[in-house]
Amino acid sequence: MGRSDASRRRFLGGCLAGLTGGACGQSRGPSGQVKSGPAGGPSRVVIARDPALRAGGGPDGARLGKLLDRLLQAFYGVDNPGEAWRRLVRPGEVIGLKVNCLAGKGASTHPELVEAIMERLQQAGIRARDILVWDRLSEDLESAGYRIATGRDRARVMGNDLLGYEDELSAFGSAASLLAKALTQVCDGVINLPVLKDHGIVGVTLAMKNLFGAVHNPNKYHPNTGDPYVADVYMLPPIRQKVRLTICDAVNGQYEGGPSYMPQWSWPFNGLLAARDPVALDWTGWQILEQERARRGLKPLKDAGREPKWILTAARHGIGTNDPGRIERLEV
Amino acid sequence: MKALGWTTLLALAAAAGCARRAPDPLPAEAAGWSKGRTRSFAAAELWRYVDGDAERYLQAGVVRTLAAEYRHRNGSEAAADVHEMSAAAGARRLFESEPAAGSRAIQVGEAGRSYGPSLTFRRGRYFVRLVAYQDSAETAAALIALARAVDERLRGAP
Repeated sequence: MGRSDASRRRFLGGCLAGLTGGACGQSRGPSGQVKSGPAGGPSRVVIARDPALRAGGGPDGARLGKLLDRLLQAFYGVDNPGEAWRRLVRPGEVIGLKVNCLAGKGASTHPELVEAIMERLQQAGIRARDILVWDRLSEDLESAGYRIATGRDRARVMGNDLLGYEDELSAFGSAASLLAKALTQVCDGVINLPVLKDHGIVGVTLAMKNLFGAVHNPNKYHPNTGDPYVADVYMLPPIRQKVRLTICDAVNGQYEGGPSYMPQWSWPFNGLLAARDPVALDWTGWQILEQERARRGLKPLKDAGREPKWILTAARHGIGTNDPGRIERLEV
Repeated sequence: MKALGWTTLLALAAAAGCARRAPDPLPAEAAGWSKGRTRSFAAAELWRYVDGDAERYLQAGVVRTLAAEYRHRNGSEAAADVHEMSAAAGARRLFESEPAAGSRAIQVGEAGRSYGPSLTFRRGRYFVRLVAYQDSAETAAALIALARAVDERLRGAP
Protein backbone atom coordinates (compact mmCIF):
# COMPACT_ATOMS: atom_id res chain seq x y z
CA MET A 1 0.00 0.00 0.00
CA GLY A 2 2.84 2.37 0.78
CA ARG A 3 4.25 2.03 -2.68
CA SER A 4 0.91 2.52 -4.38
CA ASP A 5 0.27 5.54 -2.17
CA ALA A 6 3.54 7.02 -3.24
CA SER A 7 2.81 6.44 -6.89
CA ARG A 8 -0.67 7.89 -6.37
CA ARG A 9 0.83 11.00 -4.83
CA ARG A 10 3.19 11.32 -7.78
CA PHE A 11 0.28 10.87 -10.14
CA LEU A 12 -1.91 13.43 -8.40
CA GLY A 13 1.01 15.80 -8.22
CA GLY A 14 1.37 15.53 -11.95
CA CYS A 15 -2.32 16.19 -12.42
CA LEU A 16 -2.26 19.19 -10.13
CA ALA A 17 0.77 20.61 -11.88
CA GLY A 18 -1.28 20.82 -15.03
CA LEU A 19 -4.53 21.83 -13.45
CA THR A 20 -6.00 23.72 -16.35
CA GLY A 21 -8.90 21.46 -17.06
CA GLY A 22 -7.17 18.62 -18.82
CA ALA A 23 -7.82 15.15 -17.50
CA CYS A 24 -5.15 12.73 -16.46
CA GLY A 25 -4.93 10.03 -19.06
CA GLN A 26 -8.41 8.67 -19.40
CA SER A 27 -10.57 6.61 -21.67
CA ARG A 28 -14.26 5.96 -21.71
CA GLY A 29 -15.65 2.64 -20.62
CA PRO A 30 -18.61 1.01 -22.31
CA SER A 31 -21.20 2.30 -19.84
CA GLY A 32 -20.13 5.86 -19.13
CA GLN A 33 -17.43 5.01 -16.65
CA VAL A 34 -14.25 6.95 -17.14
CA LYS A 35 -11.11 4.93 -16.79
CA SER A 36 -9.00 7.57 -15.16
CA GLY A 37 -7.09 7.47 -11.95
CA PRO A 38 -3.73 6.46 -10.69
CA ALA A 39 -1.73 4.33 -13.04
CA GLY A 40 -0.23 2.50 -10.07
CA GLY A 41 -3.45 0.85 -9.01
CA PRO A 42 -7.12 1.21 -8.38
CA SER A 43 -8.73 3.78 -6.10
CA ARG A 44 -9.28 2.23 -2.71
CA VAL A 45 -12.54 2.78 -0.91
CA VAL A 46 -12.74 1.21 2.54
CA ILE A 47 -16.04 0.61 4.27
CA ALA A 48 -15.87 -0.20 7.99
CA ARG A 49 -19.02 -1.18 9.87
CA ASP A 50 -19.96 -2.10 13.42
CA PRO A 51 -23.49 -3.38 13.99
CA ALA A 52 -23.18 -2.55 17.71
CA LEU A 53 -22.05 1.02 17.08
CA ARG A 54 -25.01 2.67 18.76
CA ALA A 55 -25.58 3.56 22.38
CA GLY A 56 -29.08 4.94 22.72
CA GLY A 57 -29.83 7.33 19.90
CA GLY A 58 -26.30 8.16 18.80
CA PRO A 59 -23.00 6.44 18.23
CA ASP A 60 -20.94 5.10 21.13
CA GLY A 61 -17.86 7.30 21.09
CA ALA A 62 -15.44 4.55 22.13
CA ARG A 63 -16.74 2.10 19.53
CA LEU A 64 -16.69 4.82 16.89
CA GLY A 65 -13.04 5.48 17.69
CA LYS A 66 -12.21 1.80 17.28
CA LEU A 67 -14.12 1.72 14.00
CA LEU A 68 -12.15 4.73 12.82
CA ASP A 69 -8.90 2.95 13.68
CA ARG A 70 -9.98 -0.14 11.75
CA LEU A 71 -10.94 2.04 8.81
CA LEU A 72 -7.64 3.89 8.63
CA GLN A 73 -5.52 0.80 9.19
CA ALA A 74 -7.27 -0.93 6.33
CA PHE A 75 -7.04 2.12 4.12
CA TYR A 76 -3.31 2.51 4.59
CA GLY A 77 -2.62 -1.19 5.00
CA VAL A 78 -0.77 -0.73 8.29
CA ASP A 79 -0.72 -2.59 11.57
CA ASN A 80 -1.56 0.26 13.92
CA PRO A 81 -3.67 3.37 13.60
CA GLY A 82 -0.90 5.72 14.69
CA GLU A 83 1.09 4.85 11.60
CA ALA A 84 -1.92 5.58 9.43
CA TRP A 85 -2.34 9.06 10.87
CA ARG A 86 1.38 9.77 10.55
CA ARG A 87 1.05 9.08 6.85
CA LEU A 88 -1.71 11.63 6.62
CA VAL A 89 -0.31 14.56 8.60
CA ARG A 90 2.97 15.99 9.82
CA PRO A 91 3.63 17.82 13.09
CA GLY A 92 3.50 21.57 12.62
CA GLU A 93 0.78 21.47 10.01
CA VAL A 94 -2.61 23.08 10.45
CA ILE A 95 -5.26 20.51 9.68
CA GLY A 96 -8.84 21.38 8.80
CA LEU A 97 -11.76 19.07 9.41
CA LYS A 98 -14.48 20.02 6.94
CA VAL A 99 -17.66 18.78 8.52
CA ASN A 100 -21.18 18.85 7.07
CA CYS A 101 -23.63 20.45 9.48
CA LEU A 102 -26.33 21.93 7.30
CA ALA A 103 -28.96 19.45 8.44
CA GLY A 104 -28.57 19.92 12.19
CA LYS A 105 -28.19 17.11 14.68
CA GLY A 106 -29.88 14.36 12.74
CA ALA A 107 -27.86 14.23 9.55
CA SER A 108 -24.58 16.00 10.20
CA THR A 109 -21.05 14.84 10.86
CA HIS A 110 -21.19 13.44 14.37
CA PRO A 111 -19.19 15.37 16.98
CA GLU A 112 -18.14 11.98 18.38
CA LEU A 113 -16.36 11.24 15.10
CA VAL A 114 -14.68 14.64 15.05
CA GLU A 115 -13.53 14.17 18.64
CA ALA A 116 -12.03 10.79 17.77
CA ILE A 117 -10.20 12.29 14.79
CA MET A 118 -8.91 15.22 16.83
CA GLU A 119 -7.58 12.85 19.47
CA ARG A 120 -5.71 10.83 16.84
CA LEU A 121 -4.37 13.92 15.10
CA GLN A 122 -2.86 15.03 18.38
CA GLN A 123 -1.38 11.58 18.93
CA ALA A 124 0.21 12.00 15.49
CA GLY A 125 1.86 15.24 16.61
CA ILE A 126 -0.64 17.88 15.53
CA ARG A 127 -1.11 20.49 18.23
CA ALA A 128 -4.67 21.09 19.34
CA ARG A 129 -4.40 24.74 18.35
CA ASP A 130 -3.47 23.61 14.82
CA ILE A 131 -6.79 21.86 14.31
CA LEU A 132 -9.69 23.74 12.77
CA VAL A 133 -13.18 22.27 12.58
CA TRP A 134 -15.03 24.33 10.03
CA ASP A 135 -18.13 24.58 7.94
CA ARG A 136 -20.16 27.18 6.11
CA LEU A 137 -21.82 28.91 9.07
CA SER A 138 -21.11 28.92 12.78
CA GLU A 139 -24.81 28.51 13.44
CA ASP A 140 -24.81 25.34 11.33
CA LEU A 141 -22.05 23.99 13.56
CA GLU A 142 -23.98 24.90 16.68
CA SER A 143 -27.14 23.29 15.32
CA ALA A 144 -25.24 20.05 14.86
CA GLY A 145 -24.01 20.05 18.44
CA TYR A 146 -20.60 21.75 18.13
CA ARG A 147 -19.49 24.54 20.41
CA ILE A 148 -17.89 27.50 18.65
CA ALA A 149 -14.29 28.01 19.78
CA THR A 150 -12.20 30.86 18.43
CA GLY A 151 -9.30 31.04 20.89
CA ARG A 152 -5.84 30.38 19.51
CA ASP A 153 -4.78 28.24 22.48
CA ARG A 154 -6.93 25.24 21.57
CA ALA A 155 -8.69 23.57 18.68
CA ARG A 156 -10.89 26.01 16.86
CA VAL A 157 -14.45 25.42 15.73
CA MET A 158 -15.68 28.14 13.39
CA GLY A 159 -17.78 28.88 10.38
CA ASN A 160 -16.83 30.78 7.26
CA ASP A 161 -18.89 33.66 8.59
CA LEU A 162 -16.16 34.20 11.19
CA LEU A 163 -13.14 33.26 9.09
CA GLY A 164 -14.17 35.03 5.89
CA TYR A 165 -13.69 34.52 2.19
CA GLU A 166 -11.01 35.56 -0.26
CA ASP A 167 -11.57 38.83 -2.12
CA GLU A 168 -10.73 37.41 -5.54
CA LEU A 169 -12.85 34.91 -7.41
CA SER A 170 -11.50 31.46 -8.17
CA ALA A 171 -12.87 29.95 -11.33
CA PHE A 172 -13.04 26.70 -13.20
CA GLY A 173 -15.54 25.92 -15.94
CA SER A 174 -18.98 26.83 -14.66
CA ALA A 175 -17.74 27.66 -11.17
CA ALA A 176 -16.68 31.13 -10.04
CA SER A 177 -16.56 31.59 -6.29
CA LEU A 178 -14.86 33.26 -3.41
CA LEU A 179 -13.09 30.52 -1.50
CA ALA A 180 -13.18 30.22 2.26
CA LYS A 181 -10.03 31.44 4.00
CA ALA A 182 -10.24 28.36 6.19
CA LEU A 183 -9.21 26.45 3.11
CA THR A 184 -6.92 28.93 1.38
CA GLN A 185 -5.12 30.58 4.30
CA VAL A 186 -5.59 28.69 7.53
CA CYS A 187 -5.19 25.02 6.69
CA ASP A 188 -2.24 23.15 5.24
CA GLY A 189 -4.34 20.07 4.71
CA VAL A 190 -8.01 19.16 4.97
CA ILE A 191 -9.78 15.97 5.95
CA ASN A 192 -13.21 16.00 4.35
CA LEU A 193 -15.99 14.66 6.59
CA PRO A 194 -19.27 14.44 4.68
CA VAL A 195 -22.27 12.31 5.57
CA LEU A 196 -23.97 9.57 3.56
CA LYS A 197 -27.16 11.06 2.22
CA ASP A 198 -29.57 11.76 -0.53
CA HIS A 199 -29.94 15.18 -2.10
CA GLY A 200 -33.25 16.34 -3.53
CA ILE A 201 -31.64 18.14 -6.46
CA VAL A 202 -28.17 16.76 -7.18
CA GLY A 203 -28.95 13.15 -6.25
CA VAL A 204 -26.46 12.51 -3.51
CA THR A 205 -24.29 14.67 -1.27
CA LEU A 206 -21.02 13.04 -0.28
CA ALA A 207 -17.35 13.94 -0.71
CA MET A 208 -17.34 16.44 -3.57
CA LYS A 209 -20.62 18.15 -2.73
CA ASN A 210 -19.37 18.81 0.80
CA LEU A 211 -16.91 21.31 -0.63
CA PHE A 212 -19.84 23.56 -1.49
CA GLY A 213 -19.23 24.62 2.08
CA ALA A 214 -15.93 26.13 0.98
CA VAL A 215 -17.45 28.65 -1.45
CA HIS A 216 -19.53 31.76 -0.84
CA ASN A 217 -22.25 31.02 -3.37
CA PRO A 218 -23.30 27.35 -3.21
CA ASN A 219 -26.90 28.31 -3.95
CA LYS A 220 -25.84 29.12 -7.53
CA TYR A 221 -24.70 25.59 -8.26
CA HIS A 222 -27.83 23.47 -8.13
CA PRO A 223 -29.28 23.76 -11.67
CA ASN A 224 -29.14 20.73 -13.98
CA THR A 225 -28.85 18.34 -11.03
CA GLY A 226 -25.56 19.98 -10.10
CA ASP A 227 -23.82 19.01 -13.30
CA PRO A 228 -21.13 20.19 -13.96
CA TYR A 229 -21.08 22.50 -10.96
CA VAL A 230 -20.19 19.97 -8.26
CA ALA A 231 -17.27 18.69 -10.34
CA ASP A 232 -16.17 22.18 -11.38
CA VAL A 233 -16.10 23.47 -7.81
CA TYR A 234 -13.96 20.51 -6.81
CA MET A 235 -11.52 21.45 -9.59
CA LEU A 236 -10.66 24.75 -7.90
CA PRO A 237 -6.96 24.29 -7.13
CA PRO A 238 -6.95 24.86 -3.34
CA ILE A 239 -9.59 22.19 -2.95
CA ARG A 240 -7.70 19.60 -4.95
CA GLN A 241 -4.40 20.55 -3.43
CA LYS A 242 -5.46 20.48 0.19
CA VAL A 243 -8.11 17.80 0.63
CA ARG A 244 -6.04 14.75 1.56
CA LEU A 245 -8.63 12.21 2.58
CA THR A 246 -12.37 11.82 2.82
CA ILE A 247 -13.88 10.03 5.79
CA CYS A 248 -17.61 9.73 5.24
CA ASP A 249 -19.76 9.58 8.35
CA ALA A 250 -22.16 6.76 7.55
CA VAL A 251 -23.35 6.10 11.08
CA ASN A 252 -26.72 6.86 9.50
CA GLY A 253 -27.60 6.89 5.86
CA GLN A 254 -30.44 8.88 4.35
CA TYR A 255 -31.83 7.57 1.07
CA GLU A 256 -34.57 10.15 0.39
CA GLY A 257 -35.53 13.71 1.29
CA GLY A 258 -32.05 15.15 1.72
CA PRO A 259 -30.16 17.27 2.34
CA SER A 260 -32.44 18.19 5.27
CA TYR A 261 -32.75 15.59 8.00
CA MET A 262 -35.69 13.27 7.43
CA PRO A 263 -35.65 10.50 10.04
CA GLN A 264 -38.36 8.58 8.22
CA TRP A 265 -36.00 8.06 5.27
CA SER A 266 -32.87 7.32 7.28
CA TRP A 267 -31.47 3.99 8.34
CA PRO A 268 -28.64 2.84 10.58
CA PHE A 269 -25.71 2.01 8.31
CA ASN A 270 -23.38 1.92 11.32
CA GLY A 271 -20.29 2.62 9.27
CA LEU A 272 -17.57 4.87 7.97
CA LEU A 273 -16.11 5.13 4.47
CA ALA A 274 -12.63 6.33 3.57
CA ALA A 275 -11.06 7.22 0.26
CA ARG A 276 -8.48 9.51 -1.16
CA ASP A 277 -10.31 9.56 -4.49
CA PRO A 278 -13.54 11.58 -3.99
CA VAL A 279 -15.04 10.33 -7.24
CA ALA A 280 -14.62 6.71 -6.20
CA LEU A 281 -16.09 7.48 -2.80
CA ASP A 282 -19.04 9.33 -4.28
CA TRP A 283 -19.71 6.56 -6.77
CA THR A 284 -19.56 3.95 -4.00
CA GLY A 285 -21.79 5.98 -1.67
CA TRP A 286 -24.26 6.52 -4.48
CA GLN A 287 -24.51 2.76 -5.03
CA ILE A 288 -25.11 2.20 -1.30
CA LEU A 289 -27.95 4.72 -1.38
CA GLU A 290 -29.40 3.18 -4.55
CA GLN A 291 -29.39 -0.25 -2.92
CA GLU A 292 -31.30 1.09 0.05
CA ARG A 293 -33.77 2.90 -2.22
CA ALA A 294 -34.37 -0.32 -4.13
CA ARG A 295 -34.83 -2.23 -0.89
CA ARG A 296 -37.47 0.30 0.15
CA GLY A 297 -39.23 0.20 -3.21
CA LEU A 298 -38.15 3.67 -4.34
CA LYS A 299 -37.22 4.51 -7.91
CA PRO A 300 -33.56 4.76 -8.86
CA LEU A 301 -32.29 8.33 -8.83
CA LYS A 302 -32.08 8.30 -12.62
CA ASP A 303 -35.83 7.61 -12.84
CA ALA A 304 -36.45 10.21 -10.14
CA GLY A 305 -34.79 12.79 -12.42
CA ARG A 306 -31.75 13.37 -10.26
CA GLU A 307 -29.03 11.01 -11.32
CA PRO A 308 -25.75 12.49 -10.06
CA LYS A 309 -24.21 12.97 -13.50
CA TRP A 310 -21.62 15.26 -12.00
CA ILE A 311 -19.81 12.15 -10.76
CA LEU A 312 -19.14 11.22 -14.38
CA THR A 313 -18.14 14.81 -15.13
CA ALA A 314 -15.71 14.73 -12.21
CA ALA A 315 -14.20 11.54 -13.59
CA ARG A 316 -13.85 13.21 -16.98
CA HIS A 317 -12.09 16.11 -15.27
CA GLY A 318 -9.58 13.59 -13.95
CA ILE A 319 -10.44 14.06 -10.30
CA GLY A 320 -10.77 10.30 -9.90
CA THR A 321 -12.52 7.28 -11.25
CA ASN A 322 -16.14 6.17 -11.39
CA ASP A 323 -15.19 2.89 -13.04
CA PRO A 324 -16.08 0.04 -10.66
CA GLY A 325 -13.36 -2.01 -12.30
CA ARG A 326 -10.84 0.50 -10.99
CA ILE A 327 -12.34 0.96 -7.56
CA GLU A 328 -10.96 -1.39 -4.93
CA ARG A 329 -13.86 -1.70 -2.52
CA LEU A 330 -12.68 -3.14 0.76
CA GLU A 331 -15.14 -3.95 3.55
CA VAL A 332 -13.74 -4.45 7.04
CA MET B 1 -50.86 67.04 0.27
CA LYS B 2 -51.00 64.53 -2.53
CA ALA B 3 -47.66 63.09 -1.44
CA LEU B 4 -48.86 62.89 2.12
CA GLY B 5 -51.94 61.00 0.92
CA TRP B 6 -49.82 58.40 -0.84
CA THR B 7 -47.56 58.08 2.19
CA THR B 8 -50.56 57.51 4.39
CA LEU B 9 -51.97 54.93 1.99
CA LEU B 10 -48.64 53.08 1.82
CA ALA B 11 -48.37 53.07 5.61
CA LEU B 12 -51.90 51.72 5.91
CA ALA B 13 -51.18 49.08 3.28
CA ALA B 14 -48.00 48.02 5.09
CA ALA B 15 -49.86 47.84 8.38
CA ALA B 16 -52.59 45.78 6.75
CA GLY B 17 -49.94 43.43 5.33
CA CYS B 18 -48.43 42.94 8.78
CA ALA B 19 -51.84 42.34 10.25
CA ARG B 20 -52.51 39.54 7.76
CA ARG B 21 -49.47 37.60 8.88
CA ALA B 22 -49.74 35.22 11.84
CA PRO B 23 -47.71 36.83 14.67
CA ASP B 24 -45.72 33.76 15.68
CA PRO B 25 -47.15 30.34 14.99
CA LEU B 26 -44.51 28.64 17.12
CA PRO B 27 -45.55 28.66 20.78
CA ALA B 28 -43.01 29.39 23.51
CA GLU B 29 -44.40 26.55 25.63
CA ALA B 30 -46.75 23.77 24.61
CA ALA B 31 -47.47 20.19 25.65
CA GLY B 32 -44.24 19.86 27.59
CA TRP B 33 -42.12 21.48 24.89
CA SER B 34 -40.11 24.68 25.39
CA LYS B 35 -38.94 26.74 22.49
CA GLY B 36 -35.28 27.63 22.11
CA ARG B 37 -33.59 29.51 19.30
CA THR B 38 -35.92 30.79 16.59
CA ARG B 39 -34.82 32.01 13.22
CA SER B 40 -36.70 33.61 10.34
CA PHE B 41 -35.67 33.35 6.70
CA ALA B 42 -37.11 35.36 3.85
CA ALA B 43 -37.49 33.43 0.61
CA ALA B 44 -34.32 34.85 -0.90
CA GLU B 45 -32.33 33.79 2.16
CA LEU B 46 -33.83 30.34 2.65
CA TRP B 47 -30.77 28.69 1.09
CA ARG B 48 -28.80 29.78 4.13
CA TYR B 49 -30.98 27.45 6.18
CA VAL B 50 -31.61 24.58 3.78
CA ASP B 51 -29.21 25.01 0.88
CA GLY B 52 -30.03 22.45 -1.76
CA ASP B 53 -33.50 21.97 -0.35
CA ALA B 54 -34.59 25.59 -0.75
CA GLU B 55 -35.42 25.34 -4.44
CA ARG B 56 -38.50 23.21 -4.03
CA TYR B 57 -39.90 25.59 -1.44
CA LEU B 58 -39.16 28.53 -3.72
CA GLN B 59 -40.89 26.80 -6.61
CA ALA B 60 -43.92 26.30 -4.41
CA GLY B 61 -44.01 30.00 -3.54
CA VAL B 62 -42.49 30.23 -0.07
CA VAL B 63 -42.60 33.73 1.41
CA ARG B 64 -40.73 33.09 4.63
CA THR B 65 -39.72 30.24 6.89
CA LEU B 66 -39.69 30.21 10.66
CA ALA B 67 -37.40 27.64 12.25
CA ALA B 68 -37.30 26.88 15.95
CA GLU B 69 -35.60 24.40 18.23
CA TYR B 70 -37.64 22.70 20.93
CA ARG B 71 -36.76 20.66 23.98
CA HIS B 72 -39.28 18.46 25.76
CA ARG B 73 -39.34 18.07 29.52
CA ASN B 74 -38.44 14.38 28.97
CA GLY B 75 -35.23 15.45 27.24
CA SER B 76 -36.31 14.95 23.63
CA GLU B 77 -35.28 17.55 21.11
CA ALA B 78 -37.05 18.62 17.95
CA ALA B 79 -36.88 21.10 15.11
CA ALA B 80 -39.96 22.93 13.88
CA ASP B 81 -40.23 24.62 10.50
CA VAL B 82 -43.21 26.69 9.47
CA HIS B 83 -43.13 27.58 5.78
CA GLU B 84 -45.45 30.42 4.89
CA MET B 85 -46.42 30.20 1.24
CA SER B 86 -47.93 32.84 -1.01
CA ALA B 87 -51.02 30.68 -1.47
CA ALA B 88 -52.60 27.54 -0.06
CA ALA B 89 -51.82 25.73 -3.31
CA GLY B 90 -48.14 25.97 -2.48
CA ALA B 91 -48.59 24.34 0.91
CA ARG B 92 -50.68 21.61 -0.67
CA ARG B 93 -48.05 21.05 -3.36
CA LEU B 94 -45.28 20.63 -0.81
CA PHE B 95 -47.33 18.32 1.36
CA GLU B 96 -48.34 16.10 -1.51
CA SER B 97 -44.90 16.03 -3.10
CA GLU B 98 -43.46 14.01 -0.23
CA PRO B 99 -43.78 10.22 -0.19
CA ALA B 100 -46.53 9.01 2.12
CA ALA B 101 -45.07 5.51 2.39
CA GLY B 102 -44.49 4.58 6.00
CA SER B 103 -46.70 7.33 7.35
CA ARG B 104 -50.15 7.44 8.92
CA ALA B 105 -52.71 10.20 8.61
CA ILE B 106 -53.15 12.41 11.66
CA GLN B 107 -55.91 14.83 12.54
CA VAL B 108 -53.80 17.95 12.46
CA GLY B 109 -54.29 20.86 10.09
CA GLU B 110 -56.20 20.32 6.88
CA ALA B 111 -54.08 17.26 6.19
CA GLY B 112 -51.32 15.72 8.25
CA ARG B 113 -48.98 12.74 8.28
CA SER B 114 -46.92 11.22 11.04
CA TYR B 115 -43.81 9.25 10.18
CA GLY B 116 -43.06 8.57 13.83
CA PRO B 117 -40.05 10.77 14.56
CA SER B 118 -41.27 13.41 12.13
CA LEU B 119 -44.53 14.79 10.83
CA THR B 120 -45.87 17.24 8.30
CA PHE B 121 -49.15 19.05 8.02
CA ARG B 122 -50.65 21.92 6.09
CA ARG B 123 -53.12 24.58 7.11
CA GLY B 124 -54.11 27.25 4.59
CA ARG B 125 -50.94 28.64 3.09
CA TYR B 126 -48.73 27.17 5.82
CA PHE B 127 -46.72 23.98 5.48
CA VAL B 128 -45.29 22.70 8.75
CA ARG B 129 -42.62 20.11 9.45
CA LEU B 130 -41.66 18.86 12.90
CA VAL B 131 -38.65 16.57 13.28
CA ALA B 132 -37.54 14.87 16.49
CA TYR B 133 -34.04 13.59 17.11
CA GLN B 134 -35.22 10.64 19.18
CA ASP B 135 -37.28 7.80 17.81
CA SER B 136 -39.80 6.48 20.34
CA ALA B 137 -43.55 6.16 20.62
CA GLU B 138 -43.50 8.72 23.44
CA THR B 139 -41.66 11.26 21.29
CA ALA B 140 -43.97 10.64 18.35
CA ALA B 141 -47.00 11.35 20.54
CA ALA B 142 -45.35 14.45 22.00
CA LEU B 143 -44.59 15.67 18.48
CA ILE B 144 -48.25 15.38 17.51
CA ALA B 145 -49.21 17.36 20.60
CA LEU B 146 -46.79 20.11 19.58
CA ALA B 147 -48.20 20.02 16.05
CA ARG B 148 -51.70 20.58 17.43
CA ALA B 149 -50.46 23.60 19.38
CA VAL B 150 -48.88 25.06 16.26
CA ASP B 151 -51.99 24.32 14.24
CA GLU B 152 -54.14 26.08 16.82
CA ARG B 153 -52.12 29.23 16.28
CA LEU B 154 -52.41 28.93 12.53
CA ARG B 155 -56.20 28.61 12.61
CA GLY B 156 -57.67 31.78 11.27
CA ALA B 157 -54.31 33.02 10.04
CA PRO B 158 -54.68 34.52 6.58
